[in-house]
Amino acid sequence: MANPKAAFYWASSCGGCEIAVLELGTNLLDISKKVDIVFWPVALDFKYSDVESMPEKSIDVCFFNGAIQTSENEHMAKLLREKSKILVAFGACAYGGGIPALANTTSREQILMRVYKETPTTDNPNGILPQTKVEVAEGVLTIPEFYNTVRTLGQTVDVDYYVPGCPPVAEQVWSVMKDIVGGNLPPKGSVIGASEKSLCDECKRIKGDRKIKKIVRTHQVIPDTENCLLDQGIICMGPATRGGCGAECLKSNMPCRGCYGPVPGVLDQGAKMLSALSSNFDADNEEDARRIADGVVDPIGTFYRYSLARSLLRRAKA
Amino acid sequence: MKNVTINPITRLEGHGKIEIFLNNEGNVENAYFQVPELRGFEKFCEGRPVEEMPDITSRICGVCPEAHHMAATKALDAVFHIDPPSPAKKLRELLYSAFYVADHTTHFYILAGPDFVMGPNAPKAERNILGLINKVGLDVGASVIKHRSAALDVVGMIGGRRIHPTCGVPGGVSKPISEEERARIEEIAKSEIEFAKFTLKLFDDIVLSNKDYLNLIKSDIYATETYYMGLVDEQDRVNFYDGKVRVVDPEGNEFAKYGAADYQQHLSEHVEPWTYLKYPYLKQVGWKGLVGGKGSGVYRATPLSRMNVAEGMATPLAHVEYKRMYDTLGHKPIHSTLATHWARLIELLYAAERMHELSRDPEITSQNVRTIPTATPDEGVGIVEAPRGTLTHHYQTDEKGIVKKVNLIVGTTNNHAAISMSIKQAAQGLIKRGEISDGLLNMVEMAFRAYDPCYGCATHTLPGQMPLDLNIYNNERVLLRRLTRH
Repeated sequence: MANPKAAFYWASSCGGCEIAVLELGTNLLDISKKVDIVFWPVALDFKYSDVESMPEKSIDVCFFNGAIQTSENEHMAKLLREKSKILVAFGACAYGGGIPALANTTSREQILMRVYKETPTTDNPNGILPQTKVEVAEGVLTIPEFYNTVRTLGQTVDVDYYVPGCPPVAEQVWSVMKDIVGGNLPPKGSVIGASEKSLCDECKRIKGDRKIKKIVRTHQVIPDTENCLLDQGIICMGPATRGGCGAECLKSNMPCRGCYGPVPGVLDQGAKMLSALSSNFDADNEEDARRIADGVVDPIGTFYRYSLARSLLRRAKA
Repeated sequence: MKNVTINPITRLEGHGKIEIFLNNEGNVENAYFQVPELRGFEKFCEGRPVEEMPDITSRICGVCPEAHHMAATKALDAVFHIDPPSPAKKLRELLYSAFYVADHTTHFYILAGPDFVMGPNAPKAERNILGLINKVGLDVGASVIKHRSAALDVVGMIGGRRIHPTCGVPGGVSKPISEEERARIEEIAKSEIEFAKFTLKLFDDIVLSNKDYLNLIKSDIYATETYYMGLVDEQDRVNFYDGKVRVVDPEGNEFAKYGAADYQQHLSEHVEPWTYLKYPYLKQVGWKGLVGGKGSGVYRATPLSRMNVAEGMATPLAHVEYKRMYDTLGHKPIHSTLATHWARLIELLYAAERMHELSRDPEITSQNVRTIPTATPDEGVGIVEAPRGTLTHHYQTDEKGIVKKVNLIVGTTNNHAAISMSIKQAAQGLIKRGEISDGLLNMVEMAFRAYDPCYGCATHTLPGQMPLDLNIYNNERVLLRRLTRH
């Protein structure tokens, strides 16, 4: 039997998901014997035209990382969907929008204005902005369109599986690869390479009564290393976040920021965190509750840091 | 006019594109290098709590997240007017040195090395990491994987995570290391020093002892005279983590030296409508277009640039190698783009030696790794040397530490103009009277790869060659010929 054919692609993201695949090290060499990689621009020399000329559904599995922020990202998402039997949204950006989706708190115009006109080092007396099509003396130059709203892969094309994490940790990547290559496939739409419980369930810190009197920011206190950070007033996304990462940030005495996306059964990670947090406020009356809540200085950027595009909020109003 | 398109040149974080236009004589009229990627960190970080910036901005680049994490953390020190305790600074630098070892190892063995080890004219199928391993031995391949991974173990031990560390806080780091961890780091560092020495020896045996290669390094087609930039310590030696930015002119004379807070007096960025990436240049020289020389503000910030601006290396073995490079090539500054590979290996040795020094520092296991800031936050700039160039993060906040404004000048971006120039130079050298040499592909990618270009900032092709498509059109833009490299 022929080896299964796999593809990897990188849209709007940082590339950390590709490095996460490299972290497989010698396991990757093992995989490469059992799988034919037919498209992997970061690593192997295949072209768009190679993919375009492939028959439909001729790729067995495509791991797609990154959000959809440009017309090129969208084109490749559609093309790879057409050519792939299984399309996997790989990593936080493809799954929930990730950090690039924080762009949805602003707008295309505001981003272009800031980057090309306002920053203190920019020298742009004529107010030039990048254009998708520009006539220069010698001919015409084109670049992709930059979108106003960042979308997830699942909001752009039909997705079969989701692998959360920024980036997914190596052990989880390995288990996902083994399952897919081995044909050990869960129901379509499943989140794979993660736990079915919350991060709190795998965090070793001692949980107290979680009576929060005051929200504390990470730079304001050196936290105790044994006890739950929420008990210490530090916002930790553990209750709203899917486990599976090994709670590495917590071991480093830093809070979870939610990169593994919402806990199972929850669509909106931010709303889940908001309700978990507010139920822990140690307040007898509305005024106390408001005082504590005022300590949350950036609700969108904190509760939706890695999942804004996929959330019910999705973006700020224009 | 004929139009030559090279697309995609590589994974330039969304695929860079090169458009080459020929004139009526069939010679190169102009070459455009385009970057089709933008994400907007300078805008969407507004409104975020500033202490979260090391977490958010490390996602600019998953290949060098440590650089952004560290520049952000240093910017936080400045924003909060806090000087971290000495052990914290040392832990940051130790993490950062380990990161350099991993990053430079990846570049030399997996990206650039095959060009030299296999030779620029070797069969394409052999010009990759597997061909390299076949030639130098399987044990070397295993050693590369082992040493890259061990360096990342150190990043994980100090930083909390191997990819996207989480330890950076204003006033220090989030946790100390144990004696057990320290001992392990010392062992790793010793091994990394031997590995770096081995790598330099390999470069010696295969590249420097081969006259053809040495001539290639010295050849005009790869030489560009520009200004150079890099961080130096108090004795003007190369430093990755801290110090002052020093700039030298194309003759090697000091042109500027500045601390992070003064970067705006020295840098400006030019905008073109046909690419999403800006072109930084030296403000006091001015933007004269994509040209080199003393009259143009174009500068380079690469491993070679860092050596060109420095008086030496701060560790003994690396300093010997530093002197040997300048003795061999005979002048300073070195303008040859290909010598960047050599400089990168000298930095690999320096990073390994510095790891070892820091791992044995009596303070390194101190519990005193954080000072809680008390001043009102306002504004700060953090600068580190990213492997691909001087990295600047600048934040302004309100009195509650909420980000109001962000400016970023990122590693590879520094070299944007110079990379564009190198591409045009290679094209001009190899396209004559409409004759397009197949060697163009090789030459362009070799000029290119020396910069270790990393757009957004992350480009890493694994095998020894970049995917290149080169389309040749006639005056009516009908495709005449297509060169494709597979």
